[in-house]
Formats: sequence, C-alpha cells, structure tokens
Amino acid sequence: MRIPCPFCGPRDAAEFSYLGDASVRRPDSSVPGDGLDAAMQVYVYIRDNPAGPLKEYWYHGAGCHSWLVVDRDTRTHEITGAAEAHSGAVS
Amino acid sequence: MTQAQRLAAGGLVDRSTPVSFSFDGKPFTGFAGDTLASALLANGVRLVGRSFKYHRPRGIFSAGPEEPNALVELRAGARREPNTKATCVELYDGLSAESQNRWPSLAFDLHAVNQFASPLLVAGFYYKTFMWPSAFWERLYEPAIRRAAGLGRLSGESDPDSYEKATAFCDLLVIGAGPAGLAAALVAGRAGVRVILAESDFVLGGRLNCETHEIDGAPGSAWARQAEDELATLPNVRIMRRTSVFGVYDGECGAIERVADHMPAPPEHAPRQRLWKIVARQTILATGAVERSIVFGGNDRPGVMLGSAMRTYVNRFAAAPGRRIAVFTTGDDGWRTARDLRTAGLSVECVVDTRHTIAPDVLSLTGDTAVYLGSHVVDAFGGHGLRSIDIRDAGGIRKRVAVDALAVSGGWNPDVALATHLGASPTWSDAKAAFLATEPPRSMALAGAAAGHWTLAEALHDGGTLGMDAATRYGHPQLAQPRFRTSDEATEVQACWHVGGARSKAFVDLQNDVTDRDIALAAREGFRSVEHLKRYTTLGMATDQGRTSNVGGLAIMAELTGRTIAETGTTRARPPHIPVAIGAFAGLHRDTHFKPTRLTSGHQWATGQGATFVDAGQWLRAQWFARPGETDWLQSVTREVRTVRSAVGVCDVSTLGKIALTGPDVGTFLDRIYINTFSTLDVGKVRYGVMLREDGFVMDDGTTARLAPDHWMMSTTTANAAKVMQHLEFCHQVLWPELDVQMVSVTEQWAQYAVAGPRSRALLQQLLGTVADLSNEAFPYLACREFRCGSLPVRLYRISFSGELAYEIAVPANYGDALAQALIDAGRDLGVAPYGTEALSVMRIEKGHVAGNEINGQTIASDLGLGRMMSTRKDYVGRVMAARPALVDSKRPSLVGLKPVDPAARLRAGAHFVARGVPASPETDDGYMTSTAFSPTLGHWIGLGLLADGPRRTGERLRAYDPVRAGDVDVEVVPPVFVDPKGERLRA
Repeated sequence: MRIPCPFCGPRDAAEFSYLGDASVRRPDSSVPGDGLDAAMQVYVYIRDNPAGPLKEYWYHGAGCHSWLVVDRDTRTHEITGAAEAHSGAVS
Repeated sequence: MTQAQRLAAGGLVDRSTPVSFSFDGKPFTGFAGDTLASALLANGVRLVGRSFKYHRPRGIFSAGPEEPNALVELRAGARREPNTKATCVELYDGLSAESQNRWPSLAFDLHAVNQFASPLLVAGFYYKTFMWPSAFWERLYEPAIRRAAGLGRLSGESDPDSYEKATAFCDLLVIGAGPAGLAAALVAGRAGVRVILAESDFVLGGRLNCETHEIDGAPGSAWARQAEDELATLPNVRIMRRTSVFGVYDGECGAIERVADHMPAPPEHAPRQRLWKIVARQTILATGAVERSIVFGGNDRPGVMLGSAMRTYVNRFAAAPGRRIAVFTTGDDGWRTARDLRTAGLSVECVVDTRHTIAPDVLSLTGDTAVYLGSHVVDAFGGHGLRSIDIRDAGGIRKRVAVDALAVSGGWNPDVALATHLGASPTWSDAKAAFLATEPPRSMALAGAAAGHWTLAEALHDGGTLGMDAATRYGHPQLAQPRFRTSDEATEVQACWHVGGARSKAFVDLQNDVTDRDIALAAREGFRSVEHLKRYTTLGMATDQGRTSNVGGLAIMAELTGRTIAETGTTRARPPHIPVAIGAFAGLHRDTHFKPTRLTSGHQWATGQGATFVDAGQWLRAQWFARPGETDWLQSVTREVRTVRSAVGVCDVSTLGKIALTGPDVGTFLDRIYINTFSTLDVGKVRYGVMLREDGFVMDDGTTARLAPDHWMMSTTTANAAKVMQHLEFCHQVLWPELDVQMVSVTEQWAQYAVAGPRSRALLQQLLGTVADLSNEAFPYLACREFRCGSLPVRLYRISFSGELAYEIAVPANYGDALAQALIDAGRDLGVAPYGTEALSVMRIEKGHVAGNEINGQTIASDLGLGRMMSTRKDYVGRVMAARPALVDSKRPSLVGLKPVDPAARLRAGAHFVARGVPASPETDDGYMTSTAFSPTLGHWIGLGLLADGPRRTGERLRAYDPVRAGDVDVEVVPPVFVDPKGERLRA
C-alpha cells in the first residue's frame, strides 16, 4: 500500500504508523463541564467501523514525521488523498 | 545414456550444448533450453514420483507450474529443495534431482500398499480414524502418517544462500510474455511508456514457443525472439525473465526473480532469489490459461498428460512423450495436439472426442487417424507406464487400445488468480466453459487467454489494444496500432468433467490424491459448499493450487448436488500464486540482521572494559563488566553497586531518548504533556516528569532540562523513545498546532554518561578543571548547564537514578568513546569502575524508582506512588480519564517494597501476593512482585510490587505465591525506598 505524503510524495505504507479514525475530535479538556467525562470517553474509546471511505490518521515516522489525515476506503484500501493533519483536513 | 525419446529434428533446445544431470543418482544428458521434465522425457524416463497418499506411480503430467505429479528434491545437502516441480526447473550442467515420497526406491515402493487400503484413506480419514486416545495422535499417528504420506524432505540445514528484496516502479506492468503480453509491451514500449514485462519462464513467448502458429509470416517462436530483441533496445522497457508475479496487493505486486536457480550455486555475492515489490500504475494480466484434465479411471498413470503439455514437449523441446499416443478431448484443442504429434512423426492411435459432431476443418486436422466421436476414455491401464486404454464408444461398447501415452484435453481455465487476490471472485461463463475474472482490480486489465479469449488473433489484438490504452493514458505520442497477421483457430469445447463407469481409481486432484469418490463422499456427508469441499477433501490445497483440478472437482460437486457450476461457485485465490521460499520473504533480515542493532558511541570502550551486553530494544547495552576472578554475574553486579555506593561509577546512558524542544511555547506544551508543571522551571534546572496516555494510564517518565529560555531537553526511557516522540508530534501537530514549538529527536546525536557515587564530584572536577564550578552552591541537585570544554560542547545535568550524588554528562556522539575513557582516566585514583544496566537496576530498586516493570501500561500515577505529582491547577493529557472511579479506588494495587521474612530467601519477580493461610486463587490474588534484586547495600533480596491497598499495609506479612519456580516465600511489606529514604546522599 502506498500513501501520498504531501511532503515526501508517494511512499510505502511500511514507513507509516496507523492511529485510526481522524474524524474524532478531542474535547477541550481544559474547560470543565458536566459533559466532559462522557465526551472524553467517546473520544478515547468509541469508534465507528464504517465500510467505505474513512479519514484516518497516519504518522510518517520513517519519513518527515508528519501526522497526516489519509482518505482510505476500508472496503478496497484505495487511498484517494492525504493532507497534513493540522491543515483543516478533517471536517 | 542416449536421448532415446528426443525427436530427430525441431524444437528450441540447443543441440550443440549438451547438459549433464542426474536423477536418482543415474547420469543423463539433455540440452541447453531443456527443463528437467523435458530432459527426463527425452531420456525415456516416465516414472518420476509417487503420489501423496496412495504412493501411486506418477509421471510428468504438465509442462508448467500446474504440475501436480513430477515433484522432486532438487540439489543436495544444505541446498536441497523439496517439492520442486520438474516442469519448472531449467536444466543446468551438474543438476542433481531425486524422486521423493518413496521407500525403498521409486520403482519398488512398499507404501504403495496404501492404495489397497484406500477405503480407510478417503477424505476426512484423519479425523475419523485417529480420534482416540488423543495422546496417540502426537506419539503414534502423526509420525507414522508423516513418514508414509507427505512429500519431500527438508535439508534440515541452514540455507547457505542469500536472498534480497528490491522495489521497481513503472507505468505498465505486463504479467506474462506470451503473445498478448509481448504485443502489449511492444505497443506501449514503442510509445515510450515505462514498461516492466515479467515472465516466469527463461524464454519469452509463452505458448508461441509451444505451438506451430505463425505471426506476420514467421513462426511464432521466431516472432517472439524478434519482439524480445526490439524490447531489449527500448530504454523504457525492462524485461524480467525467470520472474513470477505471485501476488497482487494494495498498490503493488509481489514477484520472485529466480536469479540463480538455474545454476548449481549462486555466483559470488549474488542472491539465489530476489523478492520484488513492483509498483505499477497499470497492470496487464496476460498469464494465459491452464488446460484441464478429465476424470476417468487410471487418469494418473505415467503417460497420461495434458494435451497442451504434449504439444509443448514436442514443439518446444523435441521430446516425445510416447510413441503410440491417443488423444482424449472435449473440444477442438485436442485435435491440434493430434495434428502436431503426427507432424512430429509420432503415431497417433486415435482421437476420442466426447462430442458427436465436429467441424469439418477440425476433423481434417488429423488425416486418416482413427476417430471416436461421442466417446470417452473410461479406464487407463499400466503400472509404471501407460500400456492401454479402454474407450467406450457412442454405442456404449468398450474397446481396448494399446498406447503408451494419452493426451487429455478438458478445456481451459484462464489463469485469473492474480485478478482475484484483492477480493473479487471469478464468475462462471457457460459460453466459455470457464471461470472468468469479470471484476479485476481497477488498475488491472486482462488480455488474451487469461480473459477467456482463446485464439492467438484475439490475444495479439487484446495486447495491442491495451498497450495503446497505456500509451494514451500516460501521455505518449499516439502511434497507429500495429496489426499482427495470424490465423484464428477453432476453439469449441464441451463441458465434460467426469467419465462414469471406471474400474480403477479416478483422480480429480492428482497431487493430493483426491478421487471422484472423495467428492461424492463429501457431498453425502454434507460438505457441499466449495469451501467445505476444499477443506474436507484437500482438493486444490497442494503446491499446484489445484490448477488442473479445482474446476473439475467443483463441477462434479455441482452435478452431485443438482446445482449449476455458477451456483456452486469457486474458492477465492489468495497469494502467493506459486510457492515462494520463506527465505525470500525474510531477505537479508535473518540471524543477527533480523532487526537493526544499534550500538552506542561508547560501545568499543565498553567492549574493551569487558562488558557483557544485553538487548534493550534494538540497542546493545553493557549489562555488567566482569573483572578477572569473578565467576558469576551477581558477583560482578554486587561489586559494581558497592563501587557506586562507596566511590564512583560510570554508566553509558546514551540509549535513553533525547528530544530537543525549542520555541516560546515549550513550557505551555510540556504542562499539557506532563502531569506536573514545567512552565515554572527555571533556566538551568531539571525536573522529573510523568506523562500519561489519553486513557489516564502512565505512558513514560523522565527528566526534562531547561537549557535556555526557549531550549529544553527531554529525556525518555530507552524503550519508549520513539513512542514518546510520536505522541509529542501528534499532540503538537494535531491537537495544538497553535503552540510555537519545534521538536527533534537527538538521541543519536549525544553520548551521555552517568557519573554516580560520593566521589563523582571529585571525578568531574578532575576532568573539567576550572571550566565548571561543581560545588553544591554553584551546581546543586537538579541543576543543568551547557558549556564548552575546549572546543567541545558539554551538557551537564545533576540528576540521579542511583540515589547517590550523581551527574549525567553529555557530549556530541563522536566523542562518546573518548569521554568514557577520559572519565575512567580521571577517576583512576578515586576507585572508579564502569557499571552496567544490571547494577543500574539494582540501585533503582533500592531507591524505589519505577521502571518498565512498573510502568507497564496498566498502572496510573497514584499506583506508582506518584499521585501527588498530578497537578490540580492545569489540564494535561490523560487527566480526565485518570479520574475515573475505578482508577481512583484506593484498593488498586499500588507500589510497595518487599523483603523476605527469612533474610536468606530469594525473591522472584512475577510471584503473586496472597494473604498467609489463604489458598491461592484469582479471588485471593492481591497483586504481584514487579522487580526484585539482591541488594548489596542491605545484604538480602528486596523487591518492588503492586499490592492491593499497598501503602496502608506496611508491616504486613504475605505469601509470595510462586508455584512454577522455587516455591512460595513469606515476605514483609515495607516502604518502597530501601536506601537513603530522605534523599540526603543525592543532595550532598
């Protein structure tokens, strides 16, 4: 499998580590609130397992050390894009 | 020995280059260009192996990787390769091969009695026969079965050859260099497309070398040579012969190149095989098709051979498979076999066709040969070689015909496995009487026979068209698509799988000895789905992957269960498509190269000091430094601990992770990473920190120093260096990109040594002279400083893992070895000694410092006695989840110290705590011992452990339950800091 790193070009997936669903947003844990515990629990543990397109985190540890958001279809493993994780790629 | 069965003329073998080889110790001669199989046939060797289960005599059945019978042990000694298909072995001078699965000899095999016990050996016989008692399985049944059944023998020695891995990139990968593949490569290559053409064989051309077709007026094989010559001149085309694509994966193909398999041994420095990862934008699958067999009695006799294989042996290798040959066919293809055999001067006794009507132009191919239409071969006879066949004609009359070889043609299976590796199942086509890959991967197209387009004209057209597509797609000048002039042959075929009424065993899968009766048994016993059929009977599970047998087997199952073949379906192919040596997958990653070995810059120095090394992840670390006269590791470690506690020791700590952080927001960043506060840390100070995972459990610990307002140096544990780096980068890049922080790992850029012990200050003062003032006032505990010693940058930290007055000194890694030596030289009069990780560990246990045994992914900060470090004035990663009720339960196992009630008793890590007088059970388990050491300082064994409600149980006596080792030990719970609990020494 090959991942088109925006910095390094298309690279072998062996250079990357996988983290998982990138659509999950970390709650702002610095703001106390009644819902924080539940929101953190969702953030840490709850993941969908969709059959189809998924945005997911990959880390280019053997390359530029960038965290990327990669668009992958879980049914075909087809990768249609990759962007820096902090460039607003997750919507 | 003369090549008695070599035809007088023809073929593509090089008759001017004889090649010597041996089979079962007997010397033979073949020609360059032969395979082992063709050379054996040319020498009249017809019996080459014994079958898997029944030890039936077997001959050569095919001419390619579909071969089920002719498996041999190739080479000898450490290079012995069992289960090698003689049909795929390129003959070389000095080749030696042995038949396998026979005892005492190939011609006289005692295990052949198995075939008379065949009622016992039907499908599922292992499960039914060898059920009870289970202990017999391991001791009796399995060894006996393995001796009797099975295939070749492994050498039992280490493989003396090397294997390597490589990656190749192209626009267009063409798999198979038959007519379709050559046409595609030519058209795309001429247009400038970057092409890789991969071919399993050692010559290009595929079936062009085996048939008598003409292209553009030239013989097919000559056209293939011409195409090859042209391709070789194109710089954008790479021809990879002897290279089999074995798997299609996401975005790449796996291929194995047999670099030196056609030589007795690889040339110096050359690998035996090379594993390729081929990254292609587009793939053309031009793998052709494999002929099917027909199931009738005795269809496994030596001399029964696929019709296409006979044409290969006659046309390509000029080797006669027999002298009096019959043809049994279900389609037009068999008639071409008869024609080619006649043309080669061999006697064709008869053509038996299951069809009643044949097109006149097909019928005319064989001249005056006897023809049986609407007829079947029912039985074949002969022990070590075919002697006769029984034909049942259209009127049901049996007739015996004396023959020494029989060509069988049951239609063709497109070789589509590679098109289905990514998941799509092949679908049955009634029109083609074959399974077709109708949904290949998006980047793959099929050409020629692989697509069910049987004729040469179609293959060339497919290849040309797909080559043009590639030329257009990858932006190369549009050329006119060339036309290849050739004939279009008749390809009608009738689906006929199984001839009933046989008197002898009728085999579906020759390699695994699966008969028509086994299929019927599976149907009766309910194993009717193709997946069950395969696993119950082992149909198609051998090294030939059922290329000649799968479709026949499931067609019979379809008949038996009243379904169509389309309804029955087929199993899905998985990589690898051909057997690939494990050594090729391992490549260079074997023995010590299995993983990288990382050496610290002081490794040579440590070696010179007599170090014994231990693996710490990829690193090698000095474990202890034995002195002359020391006979046991504990003796060395005890001396090293005493040296540090009483004088001074030096330890290489370079393997700890070092992360440099710069920028104005590092303080804020670290506050969010660590449970304790770092933004308040003064320049020139160091602080110990603990970081959590987001789920609240401890991830890692270590010290971070502030070298300058915007320059921080974090240290991590050796094991977690990469993980922490990844975590920090996630937090920065994903969670808080607004923070102005840069970070880089400098673990390998700095060599760092711990200098520990009451005389450490004196040692360093001796080394550094007036460069640094190390007095307690100028450089107190937890101070740090960066300075130059001469031209050399030096970083000095006053931190202590041992609990003694101690420093860590770091220099650029190039100087690590020199620094270590300089430290030893400077401390000679102070009684300095190097110490290793074992002494380091003993002293950290004496001090109650947690390490990997305690930070094990299941502990939170308060479990480790670090709960008070958790700041309540700020937020940090893991804070919310660490407050979950179960994690703040005081009954959680928490860190305690332990000492044996009997001072002479030894403690062992892993022992579980149970209250005294209570039986040990999961319910009474109170925790376990995490770390133990013999404490030279206290003179007895000590331990750290995680004990339920631990800190409140000081003074309590428990049983350390250890049933699998030395037995139980009574222990007393004590505070975890055994040495200098007030910390006076490290502040001295």
